[in-house]
Amino acid sequence: MNLHEYQAKQLMERHGVQVPAGEPATNLDEAKAAIVKLFNAGNARVVVKSQIHAGGRGKGTFKDGFQGGVHLADSVEDATAKAEAMLGNVLVTHQTGEAGKQVNRLLITSAEEIKSEFYVAVLLDRALGKPIVMASAEGGMDIEEVAETSPEKIIKEVIDPALGLQPHQGRKVAIALGLRGRLIGQTASLLQALYKTWHECDGSMLEINPLALIVNEDGTEAVVALDAKMSIDDNALFRHPDIVAMRDISEEDPLEVEAAGHDLNYIKLDGNIACLVNGAGLAMATMDAIKHYGGDPANFLDVGGGATKAQVKAAFEIIVGDPNVQAILVNIFGGIMNCNTIAEGIVAAVKETHLTLPLVVRLEGNNVDAGRATLAASGLTLITADSLAEGAKKSVAAVK
Amino acid sequence: MSILVKPDTKFLVQGITGGFGGRHAQLSLDYGSQLVAGVTPGKGGQMFANTVPVFDSVAEAMAETGATASAIFVPPPFAADAILEGAAAGLDLVVCITEGIPVRDMISVKDALKDSSTILLGPNCPGVVTPGDGEDSSGGCRIGIAPGYIHKKGNIGVVSRSGTLTYEAVWQLTSRGVGQSTCVGIGGDPVPGMTHLDVLKLFNDDPETTGIIMIGEIGGTAEEEAAAWAKAHCTKPIAGFIAGATAPPGRRMGHAGAIISGGKGTAEAKQEAFREAGIGVAETPSEMADTLLKMM
Repeated sequence: MNLHEYQAKQLMERHGVQVPAGEPATNLDEAKAAIVKLFNAGNARVVVKSQIHAGGRGKGTFKDGFQGGVHLADSVEDATAKAEAMLGNVLVTHQTGEAGKQVNRLLITSAEEIKSEFYVAVLLDRALGKPIVMASAEGGMDIEEVAETSPEKIIKEVIDPALGLQPHQGRKVAIALGLRGRLIGQTASLLQALYKTWHECDGSMLEINPLALIVNEDGTEAVVALDAKMSIDDNALFRHPDIVAMRDISEEDPLEVEAAGHDLNYIKLDGNIACLVNGAGLAMATMDAIKHYGGDPANFLDVGGGATKAQVKAAFEIIVGDPNVQAILVNIFGGIMNCNTIAEGIVAAVKETHLTLPLVVRLEGNNVDAGRATLAASGLTLITADSLAEGAKKSVAAVK
Repeated sequence: MSILVKPDTKFLVQGITGGFGGRHAQLSLDYGSQLVAGVTPGKGGQMFANTVPVFDSVAEAMAETGATASAIFVPPPFAADAILEGAAAGLDLVVCITEGIPVRDMISVKDALKDSSTILLGPNCPGVVTPGDGEDSSGGCRIGIAPGYIHKKGNIGVVSRSGTLTYEAVWQLTSRGVGQSTCVGIGGDPVPGMTHLDVLKLFNDDPETTGIIMIGEIGGTAEEEAAAWAKAHCTKPIAGFIAGATAPPGRRMGHAGAIISGGKGTAEAKQEAFREAGIGVAETPSEMADTLLKMM
């Protein structure tokens, strides 16, 4: 589950990470109140930031031509005008695709005087099976690009899961980032708080880009998290009702939301051949086979190992809810699952949804003869296949 | 021979009184496997299927029945604890079927097991099957949720992160009259117990395994590590398949561990690592068995 920047910052602040003062807003009144509050607190400038689940907001463009999803403003009027221009407008960035995303929420924060910027993230190192802190002095840059072009600039500190991030490790990262004096200790504390946020909230990924060295009005320096990107381990949501409450469904694909409600694992893609498969590995392999024979998969759909008739029907409804779909490939290896149950589910679903698209079915496994007989006796015009490869070929032929 | 389990391996099921655990415990009994005990805290003294005694703890079940392995079917919030209980009791092998265990829990489990003699298979895996001599391979050892009847006793080792792709590979072999030594599902989670490499080493040392099918998928670098080791050390032919060539980056494809992140873990990189190591790469999942058989 992905969080908005302001939500991630709320969790971070709760665990002791320094972030600029700020408040979220879902309408213009809330935005104006937050803006006035920040100026009244003595800030000379504020930042108005679009909150969407995609990167590249600053360099994005709104559908009406308004440039930039993140703006500096030096008066209440200026900031309010910018908030008004963004709220409800659709922002297109390099990560949103052409459709863009509607901005329903803003974050208004104090503007800081930035001296330098860093990158820092807490994530799982899968090869080690341990969390790591990853950092780079190349803040604000695309970290994947830094890793590609100058991997020596990436600092990695492995965390002992039994101990957590230790102060000396935090100091080591701070020194490697070029920080000196009292900033070493402050940054170490911030990194420990960041790890604590990741750990206690069951984060999958917590990325701060940039982490900034700022100059306060009194001339002192401090390190703060200017931005935040966080995702939570879906498997752990059962122990975080407060985080579940932060879910923003408007950021998710409606078909995917509906599928999740039926315990179906569905991911929408751009092609025109839908697939319905049991098992995640086989579902991926089915998409790959479609591509191999020159077609384009419309989705990933795993109905799981114990799919019921009702789930199969729901799966068909979701599949045909995608207007791009021109053919459907059902690929079931029913090891334990009764193939006849699936066959009955398919027949019922096709009849009830009045499906007219070409439907290719490959059934294999437990009670397969009864399943094939059910399909044959249904009177439906199905295209049957004996292997996954044959099914993929026939589905590609059906849309040509 | 075989790896990890033999037809006479005695095992228990943690969570045998749940619907899912009970169903698959019965299927293991039907297959003729040596399922000797069940464990559900608080339900000790009951009987499962009139033949299998249920105990309150793994230690008690081991002491009374001589079980050396276990299958875990308990719900995600309690699964990490069940694994640790199995290891603390001194089981040789713990097979965790449970899907949906928080990553943080598995990081702690992996860390806690680093000096343990207990081998962990899974979580989120179909388990392990060593086919037997009987009809439809019955009489073998089936720990987990794989369909037993698709197997055939023989000499090919199969290792995979995906359940249904394992069955697909096994069925292709059996349909061609080729049997398996042991079939191992390591599971689709990002922090697993055994890796492809661990299983590959066991197959390489098993005198009765003469060829190996290794099935991987997007996410992580475990396939690359196994391929690099195979290139230098493995004496047996290996064919493989990598699922997820068409998966979009940044999306979890069903399995918690099947995700391309930060440009890492692509199918292309894994296929390249396989080819570099002399591992035969099946162009489609329908050709896994044929790709291996051509090499043998």
